[in-house]
Amino acid sequence: MTTPCLRVENLNVMYDVGKRKLHAAKDVSFEIAPGETLGLVGESGSGKSTAGLALLRLIEPSSGKIMLGDTNVATAGRRELQLLRKRMQMVFQDPYSSLNPSMTIEQLLTEPLIVHADMAASDRRAAVGKMLESVGLHAGYAARYPHEFSGGQRQRIAIARSMMLHPDLVVLDEPVSALDVSTQSQILKLLKNVQAASGTAFLLVAHDLAVVRLMSPRVAVMYLGEIVETGPSARVYDEPAHPYTAALISAVPFPDPVRQRSANRIILGGDLPSPLNPPSGCRFRTRCPFAMDICARAAPPTVQVEGGGVAACHLHTEGPKLGGRSLNAFMRERNIGAMEVTT
Amino acid sequence: MDPLLSLKDLTVQFPSTHGLLTVVDKVSFDVGRNEVVCVVGESGSGKSVTMQAAVGLVQTKGGRVTGGSVRFDGQELVGMKNRHLNRIRGNDIGFIFQEPMSSLNPAYTVGEQIAEVVRRHRGVSRAEAWKRAVEMLERVHIATAAARAHDYPHQFSGGMRQRVMIAMAIACDPKLLIADEPSTALDVTIQARILQLIKELQTASGMSVLFITHDLGVVAEIADRVVVMYGAQVVEEAGVDALFATPRHPYTTGLLRAMPQVALERGEDPVAIPGTVAQAHAWPAGCRFNPRCEFREDGPCTTGQVQLVRDDHGLVRCIRADALRTRLTQAVAA
Repeated sequence: MTTPCLRVENLNVMYDVGKRKLHAAKDVSFEIAPGETLGLVGESGSGKSTAGLALLRLIEPSSGKIMLGDTNVATAGRRELQLLRKRMQMVFQDPYSSLNPSMTIEQLLTEPLIVHADMAASDRRAAVGKMLESVGLHAGYAARYPHEFSGGQRQRIAIARSMMLHPDLVVLDEPVSALDVSTQSQILKLLKNVQAASGTAFLLVAHDLAVVRLMSPRVAVMYLGEIVETGPSARVYDEPAHPYTAALISAVPFPDPVRQRSANRIILGGDLPSPLNPPSGCRFRTRCPFAMDICARAAPPTVQVEGGGVAACHLHTEGPKLGGRSLNAFMRERNIGAMEVTT
Repeated sequence: MDPLLSLKDLTVQFPSTHGLLTVVDKVSFDVGRNEVVCVVGESGSGKSVTMQAAVGLVQTKGGRVTGGSVRFDGQELVGMKNRHLNRIRGNDIGFIFQEPMSSLNPAYTVGEQIAEVVRRHRGVSRAEAWKRAVEMLERVHIATAAARAHDYPHQFSGGMRQRVMIAMAIACDPKLLIADEPSTALDVTIQARILQLIKELQTASGMSVLFITHDLGVVAEIADRVVVMYGAQVVEEAGVDALFATPRHPYTTGLLRAMPQVALERGEDPVAIPGTVAQAHAWPAGCRFNPRCEFREDGPCTTGQVQLVRDDHGLVRCIRADALRTRLTQAVAA
């Protein structure tokens, strides 16, 4: 395997809440190859955005390694961090608040060049024009202000800005969730094109499972601060090996009423437990329809899954001993359909 | 039997820097008894304002109903005095909104807030109202409801707050429940339970539901009948199965094909609808969707007004609907 663009090892992020510690990301590890997109999915409170922000040190990690190429971002000093910043960029969810309203598009796009690149003003202007066209905006828009654009166009500008320095990695934090469905896919397509042209790696943080599958060949699923399953998207979505992944996927309503009526769904009971006081053992056990005694006692082992990736769940080594097989087989065996557990 | 709610040519205008804007333009549809009707559309389609206008809630926001009628259970709501409307709202019509936190008063316990609704509309004693509040919390599956009734909204999670809102909305056994994007701010696993709960309560009580959403997945899950809005107008109306199997308006097929889930199923990239959503200060001439429509014919689609026409399928506002019939069905076929 080629050297990964990004390798994250046991990343931990803690917040101080009063006198207590909130473990927002716990031992998060993953890799992204150059030019690859890794999807990071999870619900609110899963720690997916925290992990994304921590990669860029927009939130300080408490421990762990963040290797961008062979530099450890986690331990970089101020000057080194500034140099690293041009290699990693971010696109935020809300294109209304992430662009300075008092700057023109040209100023917004040249700012990264002024800070990080030694370029003549005329070269900068040419670079801006070229970038605007590559994100599907007329170069003549450079003199306008953000308020003159729609949400989708603003997101194009935000993407253009993130790409100005040809970064190795861009963290996309919910890049389309503020957009209408009809314009969402324009942005998704643009992201794919931009990536194909630049070879930039993406970490796509999103709650929309379909968007993530569409964009990412590989996906990691987070729950309450931990990655519970990773693997090739096709395998994870079609043959999930962790009960949370299975529940998450089955909860998304599919736009076909006939299929909805016959769908076999896992409906989770309870709510996300407080991250200040996470359950012992497996963090998902309080909502898991298949929880066993051992789940409260011991942290689940990480098991290799058939078809690629890993899952952290006791079901693979205890009880039904799935041994890396997907949950679908198990659910069919036990004739488990829609169910609800109350906690 | 008469429909429970009947909108006829409802028109709403708002003042703006661009002059008076028509944000709901002659919208008509019915909600039958024991029926779940979904109004689906993107931002700016007028779906939420339609609902607010129907129950006399746009005036406070500066809007005005400038035409049409809204009949609810035999009474005309347009022009009705607030005093009378207040008797209907919260009693015969219950509401749930997108943001449960901003609809609940943080200074009162959830039990007090539900009991307040019951006392106002039913005139029962405090003790009886409290009993009813606890019973309602049980009905929306809040565990240990009698104890939780003493808790404040901030002590509940987002999904539970939405269930509290539902408990409040149904406390007076409404004939109609209006739900405006009730699950949009929630996570999918929580959304699944809220939808299941609304369906369960609807089936048990026989109330009607008017459900406003932008998510066609949610529509497929909960609707009996669907009203699609674009540019302040109804562009299509049909039974839920027909709408998804044989959509008649290019905007409906466009919305479906833009959905990542549908694209994945078909093994293709999602097809974006080009351009941006039409704006009230600049409605295009002719069909309001025409600048974004791949089937547009200059002339017929770009001039005059396109009427909503009824056929065996339902209602559709497209001059080329008959000609496009097969193509649109094929466009969304699996």
